[in-house]
Amino acid sequence: MSQIRPLSFRLNGVDTSVTVEPRRTVAEMLRSDLRLSGTTVGCEQGSCGSCTVIVDGEPVRACTLFAVQLEGRELRTIEGLARDGSIQALQEAFVEEDAVQCGFCTSGFLVLAAAALESDPFIEDEAIDALVSANLCRCTGYGPIRRAVRKAAKTTRRAT
Amino acid sequence: MRHLGRPLPRLEASPLVSGRGLFTGSMQAGDHLAMRLVRSPFAHARVTSVDVSGALALPGVVAAWSWSDLGDLPPISYRTGDTGRLDGFRQPVLASDLVRYVGEPIAVVFAEDPATAEDAADQVDFRAELLDAFIHPVTSALGGSSDHATVALVEQGFGDVEHAIASADIVVELELEVGRQAAMPLEPRGLIARWDGARNLLEITGAAKIPHIDRDLLADQIGRPASRIVLAEGHVGGGFGARGEIGPEDVLACLGALRLGRPVAWLEDRREHMTAAPQARGQRHIARVAAQDDGRLVAMDVTFMIDQGAYLRPDGLRIAELTAAMLQGPYRLDAFRALGDVRLTNKTPAGPYRGAGRVEGTFVRERLVDAVADRLGLDPVAVRRRNLVAAEEMPAARGVTLGEVPVVYDSGDYALLLKRAEQTFALERLRKRTRTRRSKGEAVGFGLAFFVDRSGGGSGDGVRISVDDTGTVEVVTGAADLGQGLETAVAQIVADILAVPYTDVRVVHGRTDAIGFGQGAEASRSTVMTGTAAQQAAEKVREKALAAAAALIGVSADRLMLDEGEVRPIEHSDAPGLPIGAIAHALRPDRAAALALPHSPDSAGLSAEAWVSLDSPTYPYGLAAAVVAVDEETGAATVERFFVAADVGNAVNPKLVESQLAGGAVQGIGGALSEELLFTATGEPVAISFADYALPTADQVPDIECLITDDAPSPLTPLGLKGAGELGINGAGAAIAAAIDEAIGTPGAVTHLPVTPARLRAVLRGVS
Repeated sequence: MSQIRPLSFRLNGVDTSVTVEPRRTVAEMLRSDLRLSGTTVGCEQGSCGSCTVIVDGEPVRACTLFAVQLEGRELRTIEGLARDGSIQALQEAFVEEDAVQCGFCTSGFLVLAAAALESDPFIEDEAIDALVSANLCRCTGYGPIRRAVRKAAKTTRRAT
Repeated sequence: MRHLGRPLPRLEASPLVSGRGLFTGSMQAGDHLAMRLVRSPFAHARVTSVDVSGALALPGVVAAWSWSDLGDLPPISYRTGDTGRLDGFRQPVLASDLVRYVGEPIAVVFAEDPATAEDAADQVDFRAELLDAFIHPVTSALGGSSDHATVALVEQGFGDVEHAIASADIVVELELEVGRQAAMPLEPRGLIARWDGARNLLEITGAAKIPHIDRDLLADQIGRPASRIVLAEGHVGGGFGARGEIGPEDVLACLGALRLGRPVAWLEDRREHMTAAPQARGQRHIARVAAQDDGRLVAMDVTFMIDQGAYLRPDGLRIAELTAAMLQGPYRLDAFRALGDVRLTNKTPAGPYRGAGRVEGTFVRERLVDAVADRLGLDPVAVRRRNLVAAEEMPAARGVTLGEVPVVYDSGDYALLLKRAEQTFALERLRKRTRTRRSKGEAVGFGLAFFVDRSGGGSGDGVRISVDDTGTVEVVTGAADLGQGLETAVAQIVADILAVPYTDVRVVHGRTDAIGFGQGAEASRSTVMTGTAAQQAAEKVREKALAAAAALIGVSADRLMLDEGEVRPIEHSDAPGLPIGAIAHALRPDRAAALALPHSPDSAGLSAEAWVSLDSPTYPYGLAAAVVAVDEETGAATVERFFVAADVGNAVNPKLVESQLAGGAVQGIGGALSEELLFTATGEPVAISFADYALPTADQVPDIECLITDDAPSPLTPLGLKGAGELGINGAGAAIAAAIDEAIGTPGAVTHLPVTPARLRAVLRGVS
């Protein structure tokens, strides 16, 4: 359809160069071109937050960002966070609190929480509750997710 | 370690917290064709022409079909076995002469990638003459079988309703409505179909909930033997009833794979999901209840209409039947009648959604009970208590049937659950505090609803267990997992019987080539049916292991014990044991004969199979209670606290049960306050994104407070299991409605769910 463009960015700590259509979203690029399907897509409308990724330290919805907008920026996804061990406390808390049912929204919540805990390890419980309201979950009723993120925040604080 | 009854972490979670879930959209290989539907923009129109040539002209488009390209393809059939009278209400795979709802498939495009498929779908030229859309089904009296829109009437009842009503002290009549809503799983639907020419096999991934039943239905639709189709589920991003109902898209993906010789991936987007996936609820009731002055309920007479949409789904009339069969709930009645009128409209076809028919019925029944209490000046909880079917009356025949199966509550101590809930949640104190707040001017109220649910029953659920040489246990089931924790629950049941850690039990589900039959995971059946089959198969394996060990050790089987994965004599419990893996090794077909072990050529190895059949389903029950605050200026209702108490007979894993209750409760809160699929007067859907269909977010719901009891194990299964999947959602709407009434001091104010701010403001304006 449209012109293919070269794109260079940092993906999960690795310098990455690809070519993409300008209309391709970050979510599409990750899932189809780079075969990183841990970033799930629930709405393509920027509402549900399942596709949350971290761009330059900020949580971003990968379905509403064009891939070409990543030029020179740093992108981190659930795969990278899971591999480098930085979300271990969150992963454990999600399992312990039964914050995972079907698991479709889970990547998005983990990435959202990871970004928040990294930028403020002393985040208050109330702020966590507000944070968790950014994404949709249809299985758990949210209580377990709130509890899991609070728990992980405590664990992380203790470790630092 | 004992597993049954313990809140163990779920086995399924590990890949899902690492981004390794294999959801449908994650399984595309590089050579898949993308399938895209062209859907009707009109609610009702006569098709003049569908021209796909514009789509075919685009580079990268492989095929584009309208109805005329399909050949002789039957409309979607019923899995309920309905034929004859309902034949005319089946949906065609693509519309031919008429389109009957916005979103109805009119053409299909296959292209090299999803973006090209979408571009191509835009190039299909569709011409039609608009017809008047039939949107509001209530144009004539309910129950009028002569109405052109009525598909069928469903009737249930017993006793002389007219006489009971005429002779009762009071009669209350209400008109109540539950709006159109949807299950709205977070993963949109999808299907990947691949024809394997080497093996002449059609492999399908994505359809979930009832894999074997879906496979059989698809086999019928495309005219292939079921054994030449394999349906296998991956991870499933939520179901709640909507996923796994075979529709035109599933048939077209299979047809594409067969005709084009390439794998086909259909991945719906959210907007598409909101006009094409099964919708639900959409019931309007005219309900009468008769009671005596002391609060005793005498009779209920309910006529209801279901806004079915343009066609019936494969579940046929099931939701109308469920509504009628379960409407009485937990109360004793002298007479009862329910008449359901299933009506067609120019809207998306309705289908199952968690709590189907029971959410609506509970709302109606509990509104009636609240109205009786108000009319008689009695406490609504006391009125409920006085009418509950007593434990001594169990099993309780309810005088109605679902299909051919009589509704007989298998067990229950409803009064005990009410009492335990009152104690655990300190409901008296809570109600008092709510009254105090109200007397100080706050618009806050308490509401409670009691309900009975239905789970499991029937036949066709089986389990095959085999143990390998390492002692790892494989459990093959015909069930499905939609995120409810099937693998964990089944593993816990098996682990205790075979004395192995539940982490050593691998549960296979959702594969039609792994086991001959299966009923999947619907109607809260998987723990009840598959759990029971797993228990029975595991017991057979255990017996087999002990018999083989007896021969190997030279001690009779009744003097052996199985403990921590090893068999040893009871008298020498500290002796070195024979590992279950070693027994499995000895029972291999090539060794068993040589070792002269008891074995049968019909069941080689350390393995066994069991199938479960229940003449009647089980009937779990529970109550929901809510404290709701109303902002009288904006009409916004806030659920401050929400309680669910439920008896599940025997909770295999209380944590998983609690998760079911809490998740269902929050869906119920959404259904009570914010979720509604509205349509314009000409039938255009108003809700086409999450911005217009308001699922609850975390800031809008409290932590759900749960009480799980097992005071009334089902006598129908050895473990007493009852299903938990639909108990959380069942009473939410009814309890919240009662709480809002109390908050604004107007009994009976809530007659329509969801109670959106706009609707509540209108009620408040009427009040003041």
